[in-house]
Parts: sequence; C-alpha cells; structure tokens
Amino acid sequence: MKTYTYTEKKDTRSGFGAGLTELGRNNPNVVALCADLIGSLKMNQFIDENPERFFQIGIAEANMMGIAAGLTIGGKIPFTGTFANFSTGRVYDQIRQSIAYSGKNVKICASHAGLTLGEDGATHQILEDIGLMKMLPGMVVINPCDYNQTKAATIAIADYIGPVYLRFGRPSVPIFTPENQKFEIGKAIQLTAGTDVTIIATGHMVWEALEASKVLDAQGISAEVINIHTIKPLDASAILKSVAKTGCVVSAEEHNYYGGLGESIARVLALNAPAPQEFVATNDTFGESGTPAQLMKKYGLDSDAIVSKVLKVIARK
Amino acid sequence: MTNTELNDLITQVRRDILRMVHKVNSGHPGGSLGCTEFIALLYSKIMHRKEGFDMHGLNEDLFFLSNGHISPVIYSVLARSGYFPVEELNTFRLLDSRLQGHPTTHEGLPGIRIASGSLGQGMSVAIGAAQAKKLNKDKSIVYSLHGDGELQEGQNWEAILYAAAKKVDNLIATIDLNGKQIDGSTDDVLYMGDLKAKFEAFDWIVIEIDKGNDVNAILKGMAAAKKASGKGKPVCVLLKTMMGNGVDFMMHTHAWHGKAPNDEQLASALKQNPETLGDY
Repeated sequence: MKTYTYTEKKDTRSGFGAGLTELGRNNPNVVALCADLIGSLKMNQFIDENPERFFQIGIAEANMMGIAAGLTIGGKIPFTGTFANFSTGRVYDQIRQSIAYSGKNVKICASHAGLTLGEDGATHQILEDIGLMKMLPGMVVINPCDYNQTKAATIAIADYIGPVYLRFGRPSVPIFTPENQKFEIGKAIQLTAGTDVTIIATGHMVWEALEASKVLDAQGISAEVINIHTIKPLDASAILKSVAKTGCVVSAEEHNYYGGLGESIARVLALNAPAPQEFVATNDTFGESGTPAQLMKKYGLDSDAIVSKVLKVIARK
Repeated sequence: MTNTELNDLITQVRRDILRMVHKVNSGHPGGSLGCTEFIALLYSKIMHRKEGFDMHGLNEDLFFLSNGHISPVIYSVLARSGYFPVEELNTFRLLDSRLQGHPTTHEGLPGIRIASGSLGQGMSVAIGAAQAKKLNKDKSIVYSLHGDGELQEGQNWEAILYAAAKKVDNLIATIDLNGKQIDGSTDDVLYMGDLKAKFEAFDWIVIEIDKGNDVNAILKGMAAAKKASGKGKPVCVLLKTMMGNGVDFMMHTHAWHGKAPNDEQLASALKQNPETLGDY
C-alpha cells in the first residue's frame, strides 16, 4: 500500500494566503475583499504588495458580497475573505441573487470551516456550509485537504470563470500532497489503491482517511482512499470506478450528514450502482467549544471513526 | 432629443408599462410609472452610453436598478433605447422570456448587469462597479435607483457607511421617495425619519428633487448631482415621485404597487396616454 508521510504541518488558510499572494503577482485582475479578518485569512502579504487591489469592507459581510459582485463588472476577479459561517449562511441571499443567479465571477473564500475552528464554539463552527453552497445552481464547491492543495486550488479558481466556494480551515494539518501539484477542478485524486473498501474524504478528513487506511492495512483490509477536493461538480466516474472494484464506500467530511459530500456520493451510487455506504460526518448537531482534536474525537470525525465505519460497511456487503 | 420627442418617449413608456402588466395580469405598475420620467431621462439625456451592450461597460456610465420590481419601466426604456427589440416587451413575465418578473442577467437580456428583486442589494453592487471603474481609471459615473421602503433593508446602511468611508465619489444613488410600500405609507409601515439628515450624517452629498416627475426638475437636479460627484463623497439624490404618475386612478394610493389594471381600467389609462412612438 502506498503510504504518505509528512515533515511539516500548516494551516490550510495559510495555503490560501500563499495562493492569493501568488495571484497578486501574476494576475492584475485579482482583487481581494475582507470583512475585518485579514490576519485570520492570511491576506497580509497580498495587501502589502497590492494595497490598491484590496478592499477592507469592515464587519459587513452582506455589503462585501454585493461589492464583490459589482467589481466583476469591469473585469475584476474578486476573492472575498471571512469565516465560513459569515461567508455562507449570513449572506445566503446576497450570494444567491447578486452572485450565483447573476453568474458573477466571485471567489468566496471561507476559513475556519467546521469543528476545527475550536474554542470559539458553535456560533462560529459552521457544519452546513457545503450544503448551502452546493444547492446553489452553478456554484463550484471546493474543500482542499492541506496547505499545498489549498494554495494550488486558490490559484486554479482564478482561471475558472464563474462563482466558486473555497472552504478551508484554521488548524495545522500535515502537508502530504506534492508542492506545485496541478489543481484540476472536479478531478478526484486517488491516494491509495485498494480492493475492500473505498474511503472518499474531503478537507481535513483526507489525512484522517490515510491514517485509517494504515490501521486497516494492518488488519488485512485494503482501502482505496480518494481525495475529493471538489464536491461540486463531483467526479462521479472516479467514485463509480472505485466502488465497482471495492463494493462499498465510506464518506468522510467535517460537515453535517445532511447536505454534505456523503449525500452527493449516495446520489451518484443510487443513480448508477447502489452499494453500501457509511457516513463519517456530524449527526445533525451544532458543535461546541473545545480543542480541534477533542472535538473531532467527540463528534466522530477522526481516523478511529473512519476505521469503525469501514468495518461496519464491509459487514454490510 | 427635443422636448417633444422626450415627452413622446415618456408617454410611450407609460403605455408600455400598462400594456405589459395588463397582458399577464401581474407586475408592478405604480412604482414603474412613478419613475418613468427619471429612467427615460437617464437613458436619453443623463448617462453617457456606448453603442450596444457589453457586461463590463468600460468608459460608459452604468445604471443599477436595485428595486427590481419596477422592471416594466426599465424594460421599456431599454427597448426604446435600442438594447433589444421593442416587440420583445410582448414576452414580459411569460415562459422562456428574457423579460423575467424581476430583471436578471440569467437569460442574457442586454442592458441588465445584475439580478435584483430581493431588496437592499443594489447599492453594494453599484459601489463595487464604481470601485472597479476607479481601478480601471475609468472616469464614468455609476447611477443606481432604490425604493424608499427598500432603505428598511439593513444592507443599504452597510453600503451607505462604506461608500462615504471609502470616498466612492463616482456613485450617484437615487432614492425613489414615493412614500409608499406594499402595506401602506412608509411612515406607517416603518417611519424612517429625515432621510436627508440621515444621508448627510453618513457624510454623503444630498441633492433633493422635489418635483421628481417633472422633466426640467429632474434634469436640473441630476446635473447638480453630476457636478457634486468626484469631490470625495458619494452623492444621493432624493427624488420625490408620485406613484402611478400619469394615470389618474393610480395616483395618491399604494394600491397599484403590485396590481395590474383590468380591461376597462387599461382602456382608461391608455386614453390618458395616447400612442406616440408606436405600440410594440
């Protein structure tokens, strides 16, 4: 089995910051907006290098989404930055009408997604954002897994014309994808080859899936781990190809069951090749305060949880 | 454009509005009629516009309609200004039409740059477009129109605060002060106090047009607004209009906010506004 190691951990939001900095140097149409969270979004360097292309909106996310839509008229490519909660639920109608329905080329960049925001608690830990965004017609939804992939995704979405939701987070997580790996929107990445179960993970859960696959391998279970960084459009053919081989699937995401990646996968299977599926996701609940590791354990979003769901799904085959 | 031609345009736009909403027995004639002179003048006399339509609108003035429910008036004026064939007004609110109930870019209607209808979003969009113009070294002006009741939406006040703080002085935002909204007068529904004082307190330049259905008053006020632009502050025009203007039974009431005339009422309304440029 192919194994993955790492020498460094970093937060995915720093990957966003690095990608934005690179865009600032290479694409004169890229502009950035922030609602009073420059440090949290790691936008400082872009701002230092391109002060005229940065818009500090203040604590007014609805206004930020509208201004971003307006900036596209005139050819700019706006990247908005705030926490995932304030990037989606707080401004849903602004995104729906002024960005999605209007077909505007806005990149909604959302940090501190999910439970791993940690101690701030449930008011800030959105677990519904993937669902909210994937429901919008035409919206691309991306949740990269580590620093390198977040950087690559940030750069790639500038070349895609249309609205994009880019979701990333706060905690330091292992960097295990290659530096400068080309990011292809909508293209799943098979990380390990396996025959007994397919584990399809997104965001922070991809590393947990790899950790789980090592434990499973020691038990004689061969897991095929797929990194789905793009939840919409979903790489249905990669999913179906893998499940045709393994006969079952576990989905893993830092998000509610309802509206998440798992449901999108279930739809693909139901329409094409029904197979047993188990979900690693939060169970229709809000989060709470705690350290990221404590929260991921308590809410069943770690490698242990993936292992137990794998055993369960294999028994259902 | 001569005064006669202008008056002909305004009368024809009124006819278009009335016929459009009557045909589908839905739509918003009251606010549309109240803003007919303003929108017709914007496109015929006030804005600097290029031939044809492209989304980015570089080096031309732009207009954003935030109170999208008065779509009949913008559709009619756009068609009469050459953005699309006037015959297309016949498809208003019908299946497969580009003339949706509320304006949208979704079907690619020339002249529309943003969807509006869900209220309170247009000022932010206009600010973004104005800031894009500044980045592009484009000296043109961005115009926008908002309902007075629409100012009850909080996003406006985020935008009003921002535009002054960031010196968005290439924006002229007009408020349609007709004093009415769906549930009654704006004073009864949610009293907003002195809007001039409010905008000035937010550090905007305010121009008042007391006769918002009078061609000369509008031209004079908008010339003053244009002169006030480019001086470090956003400009607000408080345009006092008469909802339902030009149709006697639609004036002095909010009843025609979102209601279409029946056959008899249409005949009476059209009689008051005889055909000038040719019906679609």
